[in-house]
Amino acid sequence: MTYKQRIDGRGFDETRPIEAEVGIIPRADGSAMFKIGNTWAYAAVYGPRNLHPKFLQDPQRGILRCNYNMMPFSSSGERVRPGGSRRSKEISLVTEKALFPVLNLEEYPNSVVDVFIELPQTEAGSRCAGICAASMALADAGLEMKDLVSAVSVGKVGDKLLVDLDYSEESYADGPVADIPIAIMPNSDKITLLQMDGEVNKEELLKLLEMGKKVCRQIYELQKKALKEKYHEADG
Amino acid sequence: MSKNKMPQILAKDKEISVPGETLAIGMDVLPGVGTYRDKEKIIANRLGLVVIEGVTIKLYPLSGRYLPKSGDTIICKVIDVGFNGWRLDTNSAYSAMLSMKDATSDFIARGANLTQYYDLGDYIVCKIVNVTSQKLVDVTMKGPGLRKLKGGRVIEVNTNKVPRIIGKQGSMVVMIKEITGCYIVVGQNGFIWIDGDPNNELLAVQAIRKIERESHLSGLTDKIKEYLENNVKIKNDLQTKN
Repeated sequence: MTYKQRIDGRGFDETRPIEAEVGIIPRADGSAMFKIGNTWAYAAVYGPRNLHPKFLQDPQRGILRCNYNMMPFSSSGERVRPGGSRRSKEISLVTEKALFPVLNLEEYPNSVVDVFIELPQTEAGSRCAGICAASMALADAGLEMKDLVSAVSVGKVGDKLLVDLDYSEESYADGPVADIPIAIMPNSDKITLLQMDGEVNKEELLKLLEMGKKVCRQIYELQKKALKEKYHEADG
Repeated sequence: MSKNKMPQILAKDKEISVPGETLAIGMDVLPGVGTYRDKEKIIANRLGLVVIEGVTIKLYPLSGRYLPKSGDTIICKVIDVGFNGWRLDTNSAYSAMLSMKDATSDFIARGANLTQYYDLGDYIVCKIVNVTSQKLVDVTMKGPGLRKLKGGRVIEVNTNKVPRIIGKQGSMVVMIKEITGCYIVVGQNGFIWIDGDPNNELLAVQAIRKIERESHLSGLTDKIKEYLENNVKIKNDLQTKN
């Protein structure tokens, strides 16, 4: 059976509705919210701050520490057991690797920048939402950054190539599914995150990357707008 | 060398720029603080306010933690007392060291109890004399106005708003001092010490919070003056009624 039309009726290169806001956690040094459909991510950045234990310190540059966490009530099925899991550890790591290339922490030796990503509700694409929120929060924290990072998932459901898979598509049972989260630096088109679950061939992958980059650039515009909105009053 | 191309400035003066945004194209434009050059382009390196000064494009930071800088006068909290000095919390990622010889010109006998000068939890105004590449911070107490702070309260504000709180040649903070009758010391690191009549102390805190919130508005000094005068009057009225 072929996948003719998306379950929620949007186009194949269309994302779920996106909402972005910056500065939602006043006590944090930087914070942001990124909602894509029913996947909500909140990111809070603290630092640069003193790093302990001391053996983790890097005398050449500050380090980045990310923490991805799904809240217990966030999934649509079973309760998510609180605390770290193999999955959350992996996502924390890839988030860190996706964000680190844009940051310049050389001014902050021996210190740490902590990023906390919390998800109150999720419906697929949570690591991408987390990365989008975290990159806005890092910019809000006034850190030196080459670029922002925008992320989205692309993939193949049945025989269709599409962007921003939701949960029903990720678990589509009547055909093969490939889920490929990507993150890019929108101004240089460099890829900072590329993972894949499923199978696609080379041509399809290249096509999907192009689709993903296009959507990431749209997301970048939204991130930019959200950042400027917060500081707009500071204008002049 | 210009390639016979007119420099193209894409960003507008006094506008907000986000990391990665191209601010200008052309080799005749120079990247200032907060920006970097990638071939022909000048790109924003952080979130900030664009300031165009002739051919230089700068970004003024609007957010971010304090980073110790040589020459800054800051307010610190004593967090440790050692054999030959004090360790201070600077409201940044790095603590500062106040050595015995920079603290006082008194003779201190070997093994003397240093807490008689500055004890744990004390707040002091000090000046940064040196910051190394590894961000080891040295401070001194020798200079006008550098002292231990007794009484009063310490509040924390956004470091990037400190210049606004001080005002041009200190106009803002002097005004708050005059109207509220409080002693105020503003540290570059975002710590502010206020000491005076409890009601007026509170009013000064509220005024500073107001400046922090409305730092983008012009004519703020007059607005704060009006705010302070109105509220001081009301409080005085209440006091006379009671």
